[in-house]
Amino acid sequence: MTATLLPAEARAPEPPRASAGRRPGRRRVRYALTVLAFMLPSAIPLTAFVLVPMVSAAWVSLQEWNLLAPPTFVGFDNYAKLLNDPNTGAIFLHTLTYIVGYLPLVYIGGLALALALNTRLRGRSVLRGIYFLPVITSWIVVALVWRWLLNPSTGVVNTVLGWFGVAGPGWWTDPAWAMPSIIIASAWKDLGFVMVILLAGLQSIDPELLDAARVDGAGWWRRLFSVVLPLLSPSTFFVIVISLINGFQVFDQVYAMTGGGPGGATQVVVQQIYDLTFRYGAAGEASALSWLLFAVVLAVTVVQIVGQKRWVTYG
Amino acid sequence: MADLALRRTARMRPTGLAASVVLHLVVILGAIAMFFPFLWTIVTSLTPGAGLTLTPALIPSDPSLEAYWRLFAERPFGRIILNSLGLAVATTLAQLFTSATAAYAFSRLPFRGRGVVFAVYLATMMIPLQVLIVPLFVELKALGLVNTYLGALLPTLASAFGIFLLRQAVHQVPRELDEAATLDGAGHFRIFWQIILPNIRPALATLTVFAFMGSWNSFLWPLVILRAPELQTLPVALAGLQGQYTTQWDIVMAGSVVSVLPMLALYVFAQKYVIQGVANSGIK
Repeated sequence: MTATLLPAEARAPEPPRASAGRRPGRRRVRYALTVLAFMLPSAIPLTAFVLVPMVSAAWVSLQEWNLLAPPTFVGFDNYAKLLNDPNTGAIFLHTLTYIVGYLPLVYIGGLALALALNTRLRGRSVLRGIYFLPVITSWIVVALVWRWLLNPSTGVVNTVLGWFGVAGPGWWTDPAWAMPSIIIASAWKDLGFVMVILLAGLQSIDPELLDAARVDGAGWWRRLFSVVLPLLSPSTFFVIVISLINGFQVFDQVYAMTGGGPGGATQVVVQQIYDLTFRYGAAGEASALSWLLFAVVLAVTVVQIVGQKRWVTYG
Repeated sequence: MADLALRRTARMRPTGLAASVVLHLVVILGAIAMFFPFLWTIVTSLTPGAGLTLTPALIPSDPSLEAYWRLFAERPFGRIILNSLGLAVATTLAQLFTSATAAYAFSRLPFRGRGVVFAVYLATMMIPLQVLIVPLFVELKALGLVNTYLGALLPTLASAFGIFLLRQAVHQVPRELDEAATLDGAGHFRIFWQIILPNIRPALATLTVFAFMGSWNSFLWPLVILRAPELQTLPVALAGLQGQYTTQWDIVMAGSVVSVLPMLALYVFAQKYVIQGVANSGIK
């Protein structure tokens, strides 16, 4: 990921070595101090609050601990417990269901929007603003609003469906419809973000290429699939990587819309980590599950980085 | 809005009038669908007792600001807004500082192992906060910072995303400017302050929006670290307003409106920079 998202890294500027001659001494020390002055403000917090907790999570995952009494070392018991628990498979499955439903919706929707709003449309600046509005809104607000829109008995959606003689489903109160409810709300919220990323990508495509394709008689769809999408593949890649990382971490909307219910139908991995820690006082097991999740996210990201060579073209 | 400079951009123009009409129609209908929940939120917040019995009418028969008044009168909502605002401003200032300095070092100050350090920084972007939540909580508990603003603030001081965003921007500032300043006797601190910062304003504006948004909307970490009711932030307080059976929707929606407004104001202010900032960041 680092190498591909950052083509600039490859051409890091050459050092203007202060110590070319054999006069190391003070200039060198001064340069080192300058580097430290610029690096430490970020290095200290990132080390203290990301890297240190990361390592200590590994240690906690080997303990049985309720956050109150002193921890007891249990080796890999927490991992064994998780891997033998059928519930673990279920929560990962719920998380995957979320991703599989969410990603196509948000990508195709975002792409259509980006294409539409990249044309000479009157008032497109206002339109872009409106589509971006859900992005800047707190997940909690979005979840509350959607929970209410999708209320089975009094919600707007079922009321409107009723006008057409359709009996709306139970949405978040129905185990079968709870996850689709979360997916709809999530796609609605993130559409504007995907749109912005893809718009930025579209604006860097050389118009000459599209003109050339048009002259060659390529129709709209042909141009979309043969010119635009291949050139947009770095943006698409970015959207997919970010969406998958975020998808595995889905939590806020689940917590606020269903709390993992009804009947555990929307219990996702992070909701489980939260419940294990703060509801059941099983910090060790929660940390083990955290590491399991991190391993999965890392594996998925690495697979994408390796796989991207097949389909991502960097202009 | 963000048609970069004067460059002509590639457009997938629909051909023919019919297609154009359809396009306009779809985009505008879509925008209405996007905006509808917000409209509904506003309407509901103005309808006393909304949602207890029936779906409220689109135009409230008896609009009133009662819900807003009750929001502040019956709960410490003023305090809650100040909590959120203080944390968001502090986080934003801190991230602007830590990101800009790191970005300068990563672009202009070569040192041994810099590539590795940068890779580690970026990897932190890939670690979900949730994975860190238990050990982070334990660490801050050991420091005695549970239920303190400092505890809520510390983990948000630096952001790999912000560093990445600003580094791409610093890379694009022509080196001739640094060299000219060096000839004039300027050191790194002056180049950073007088040459680099003024030249990366769009990226700084973009980071301001994202950092403020991240803090203003963050939920899990404030939920965990700020357990005392008077220390709550907006999203946590809003989630708490929602009872299992007795939700007073007018009050919940009034709270929602109040929570969106500052973010909206900031976005409108910085709007033109956001797409430009993303476009320039190289993540396209």
